[in-house]
Amino acid sequence: MALDKPYLDVPGTTIFDAEQSRKGYWLNQFCMTLMKSENREAFKSNERAYLDQWPMSEAQKQAVIDRDLNRCISLGGNIYFLAKIGATDGKSFQQMAGSMTGMTEEEYRDMMIKGGRSVQGNRVVGEDGDAQAHRQPQGQHSPKGAH
Amino acid sequence: MAHLSASVYTSHVPAIGAALDLGKSEEPYWQPLFKGYEYSKQWLKDNTPDVIFLVYNDHATAFSLDFIPTFAIGCAAEFQPADEGWGPRPVPMVKGHPELASHIAQSVIQQDFDLTIVNKMDVDHGLTVPLSLMCGQPSSWPCPVIPFAVNVVQYPVPSGKRCFQLGQAIQRAIKSFDEPLNVQIWGTGGMSHQLQGPRAGLINKEFDTRFMDLLIEQPEAAAAIPHIDYVREAGSEGIELVMWLIARGAMSDVNGGPPVELMHRFYHVPASNTAVGHAILKNR
Repeated sequence: MALDKPYLDVPGTTIFDAEQSRKGYWLNQFCMTLMKSENREAFKSNERAYLDQWPMSEAQKQAVIDRDLNRCISLGGNIYFLAKIGATDGKSFQQMAGSMTGMTEEEYRDMMIKGGRSVQGNRVVGEDGDAQAHRQPQGQHSPKGAH
Repeated sequence: MAHLSASVYTSHVPAIGAALDLGKSEEPYWQPLFKGYEYSKQWLKDNTPDVIFLVYNDHATAFSLDFIPTFAIGCAAEFQPADEGWGPRPVPMVKGHPELASHIAQSVIQQDFDLTIVNKMDVDHGLTVPLSLMCGQPSSWPCPVIPFAVNVVQYPVPSGKRCFQLGQAIQRAIKSFDEPLNVQIWGTGGMSHQLQGPRAGLINKEFDTRFMDLLIEQPEAAAAIPHIDYVREAGSEGIELVMWLIARGAMSDVNGGPPVELMHRFYHVPASNTAVGHAILKNR
């Protein structure tokens, strides 16, 4: 019998469950190594060579090099692990979270100051909230930002 | 006999720690947040316990994917602030209370909650930010702290009901410790926030307000909220709120004792990506 996964229809959201964790095992374990400053230096000096030390998929390595956090997450990454990459780059959690929306840093920060993203239309896939797939990427500078 | 005197609930956003560490707490962005904790800092000075039992979650710091304990109790004599990638926070080392911690571990396991015992562990912002919010920037923390880490990173996380019942078991464990210690229990994390994907930045003030109302007045109803409701309504990281239920389950009114007293309640949006909630409940 299949496991119950009631969270699969939440828009713009990937729940880090056992299946995702299995997929992202080496990606996440690579991230953990960035908690040591000498490893952060080694990673920064040659990202490709550093990544090649782990049996990650090519897609995972490329997503890291591109700093494409949405792609990292779809390939099994978890934000608390991926945050070590952001920290290595000197990015805050807010900059990292914002980067996954398509908004500029300023747009995202303004949204938070105004009380954050509304849950209206963003509870279930198929509604019309700003986190729904048909409204990505967000932000004024994106092709779909004219909403 | 030891006794549990109060519970504290607070968010543990890393940016709050950074704001304090970098001397930004007077900036207009942060001022309203720290103002909400002024009462609490004074209250803690006036009501310093002998031990704080601090429920928090590790954010892929001490626990990588090597092992993922659902409930882990820190029994060491000391815990160092972790390097989470930005370098360790410049905060005091955390002193543990190995005697009480190992007593609680034994008692709670015998009450059918299978804890993981941890004798070596660094502690991340989940533990140090609540201490900073409640104590400011002292050269040492005011008392020993027992770190209690809950897995809310990899699904499935423990249910609210399980957390609440665990709190009740912890309360019984504290009561059966022979030394006359004054213990506080802190539940940290939340409130609504989501740090990932196109839905990042989600905040739900209505959910948060209702959660705090229920937590204070009808804790059993708060404990019955299913995991999916947190995800859908409070964001994928809003699930951290189950940790507040451990602290709530340890209070006197849900263990056959007198009603509790609400000392302080505060809510503020935003701290970085997160809605900050805070409350103090006292046993009479």
